[in-house]
Amino acid sequence: MTTVAVKPATMAQALGRALRDSMAEDPTVHVMGEDVGTLGGVFRITDGLTKEFGEDRCTDTPLAEAGILGTAVGMAMYGLRPVVEMQFDAFAYPAFEQLISHVARMRNRTRGAMPLPITIRVPYGGGIGGVEHHSDSSEAYYTATPGLHVVTPATVEDAYGLLRASIASDDPVVFLEPKRLYWSKAEWNPAAPTAVPGIGKALVRRAGTSATLITYGPSLPVCLEAAEAAREEGWDLEVVDLRSLVPFDEETVVASVRRTGRAVVVHEANGFGGPGAEIAARVTERCFHHLEAPVLRVTGFDIPYPPPMLEKHHLPGVDRILDTVARLQWEN
Amino acid sequence: MRTTEQSVGEALQSPATAGGGPALTLPASHEEVYAAMTVQELPGAGASYRPTPPPAWRPRTDAAPLLPDPEPYRVLGTPAAEKLDPDLMRRCYAELVRGRRYNAQATALTRQGRLAVYPSTVGQEACEIAAALVLSEQDWLFPSYRDTLAAVARGLDPVQALTLLRGDWHTGYDPRETRIAPLCTPLATQLPHAVGVAHAARLRGDDVVALAMVGDGGTSEGDFHEALNFAAVWQAPVVFLVQNNGFAISVPLAKQTAAPTLAHKAVGYGMPGRLVDGNDVAAVHEVLAEAVHRARSGGGPTLVEAITYRMDAHTNADDATRYREDDEVAAWREHDPVDLLERELTARGILDEAGIQAAKDAAETMAAALRERMNADPVLDPMDLFTHVYAEQTDRLREQAAMLRAELDAEAQA
Repeated sequence: MTTVAVKPATMAQALGRALRDSMAEDPTVHVMGEDVGTLGGVFRITDGLTKEFGEDRCTDTPLAEAGILGTAVGMAMYGLRPVVEMQFDAFAYPAFEQLISHVARMRNRTRGAMPLPITIRVPYGGGIGGVEHHSDSSEAYYTATPGLHVVTPATVEDAYGLLRASIASDDPVVFLEPKRLYWSKAEWNPAAPTAVPGIGKALVRRAGTSATLITYGPSLPVCLEAAEAAREEGWDLEVVDLRSLVPFDEETVVASVRRTGRAVVVHEANGFGGPGAEIAARVTERCFHHLEAPVLRVTGFDIPYPPPMLEKHHLPGVDRILDTVARLQWEN
Repeated sequence: MRTTEQSVGEALQSPATAGGGPALTLPASHEEVYAAMTVQELPGAGASYRPTPPPAWRPRTDAAPLLPDPEPYRVLGTPAAEKLDPDLMRRCYAELVRGRRYNAQATALTRQGRLAVYPSTVGQEACEIAAALVLSEQDWLFPSYRDTLAAVARGLDPVQALTLLRGDWHTGYDPRETRIAPLCTPLATQLPHAVGVAHAARLRGDDVVALAMVGDGGTSEGDFHEALNFAAVWQAPVVFLVQNNGFAISVPLAKQTAAPTLAHKAVGYGMPGRLVDGNDVAAVHEVLAEAVHRARSGGGPTLVEAITYRMDAHTNADDATRYREDDEVAAWREHDPVDLLERELTARGILDEAGIQAAKDAAETMAAALRERMNADPVLDPMDLFTHVYAEQTDRLREQAAMLRAELDAEAQA
């Protein structure tokens, strides 16, 4: 008989476990947001936290995102470590003034005297059939704001590790949770979670030689699937998972593209001014003499997020990725 | 939460305590009405239809005790002035005179190019001083960009208080050490911070009150609403001081709100509102001290509206003659906070010529020192631009810092 030590866990469970372990380890960690208490959050990420730690540690707040983040700023000023839940990507916008004018600047404004260790959890991205305002990929707003870290896991293991690291960080972290992957499963042992990774380290998820797919969050599984399909075309694709957009692990990306000589950036967010634009520019600057083709991008269209019955046309899919890879000037 | 299964009669027997709010006291007439509607006792009621209030409804806080004063509360020039504390009033007087001189000096520094901008509080000194003096050592002050005088009256070095306005850095002091939050420029956005500090302190069992300052224009902002709402729901030990100085730059209060008074806004959140003469330092001090005491003893937040007037333009860069009449300014000059106190104290023998002169001399000493120190060029290191963005510099910032370093070195060699 063999004992089953490792059971499949979902990303949602791993995130919840990360919150629980952070709260158990550090009494200054406070979870707050809409419906995070009795209900356990609309995605059940905070399930059981109020029961275990009490309402003062996991708090149902009034329904007001600026107020949630604004009071979290004050709590952090006083020495607490708030973890704020924004219910959906597009519901986080009312909090932008607090985020941009205060959260991102307080350390700088006070010359380091008052850092704000706040983690802002934001479920993001499409693919769940959500109606309007439930599927935005808002990362470019955050990456455009100096002073914020922007982190996004793509695997169950990273969901745990990166959230632990984000909460432990003394800087504010916008923690983007790919809601499409909440129910993705992996073998992961919550009783013996792996070591907490540092923020800002990309990973090569699949080694390859023909071209590099640079991606993150909800697009990672799509890219891995595309890489498998590409074998039929004779392409051996490397897939890099950024895991954090700020800091951006340029070295891992540059090393990969210098090896493969070709690169495609893949994300759900709109193309114009999206993270892919910056990544493509940097890759071009640093890999110019290694490149066999221009750096291409597969992104969401530059349109407001489509209604759910049309979203499949908008989201980067395997076919569009392969079509783009085909345009990497292989005839040369 | 009370459930809909409970009758109104039951609800009345156990006063509402949800959210830690004040115990419910309803006027007898209401009680009688709702007791009569307790369905079980209703004789002859049909079995299928029993009229009751809407199921989820239950009586909450009584609004009457929360209503603000019918007119601005005053002490100076009223019988209440007989009970003035002479020592406190002499201190207030000295601070008012110093504050008036500080305002004049700061405005002069803008003309000399030593301050980028200065939003004056001439005419509002009573509010600034009282806000600072009612707080204890461990309490927190949340000033807006106009409230450098409150920070100085709390003991902050004036040069540090003016750092933002000089332009050499965004905050010139350590907010934790001084318990003075950074001067806040985006209107009302510091109010939720005050609620957060007060809430966190209460969770930790610390005896801390936060006093947050905002102007009449700021009360239109969403953050004002959200801060008051959170404070009341959490019963956070916060005092909100609105200085209604008549104008948001050029826009008068009539275009800002249709509320009976700004203090009335408190009632909507379930907290008491107070209305006070903002140029009567004794009255402002008394009202704020009561609010601070209430917060400290677990009574929750208070909204105080102080009626005052911005005698100067919005800043040195503004022209107030474009939007207000001279006779309005003249009328307020007759209600000057320094004069009001000086007249009361001299008439009561609390202040004499020597006391007045001593206050003036102390103010001149402060101004001279401020002038001299502000005339020295601040020493700046451009490399500081990259030092405090993150706890640890990112590769990208290191690269950009190296670029600036090289430019500076080349400049130095040229």
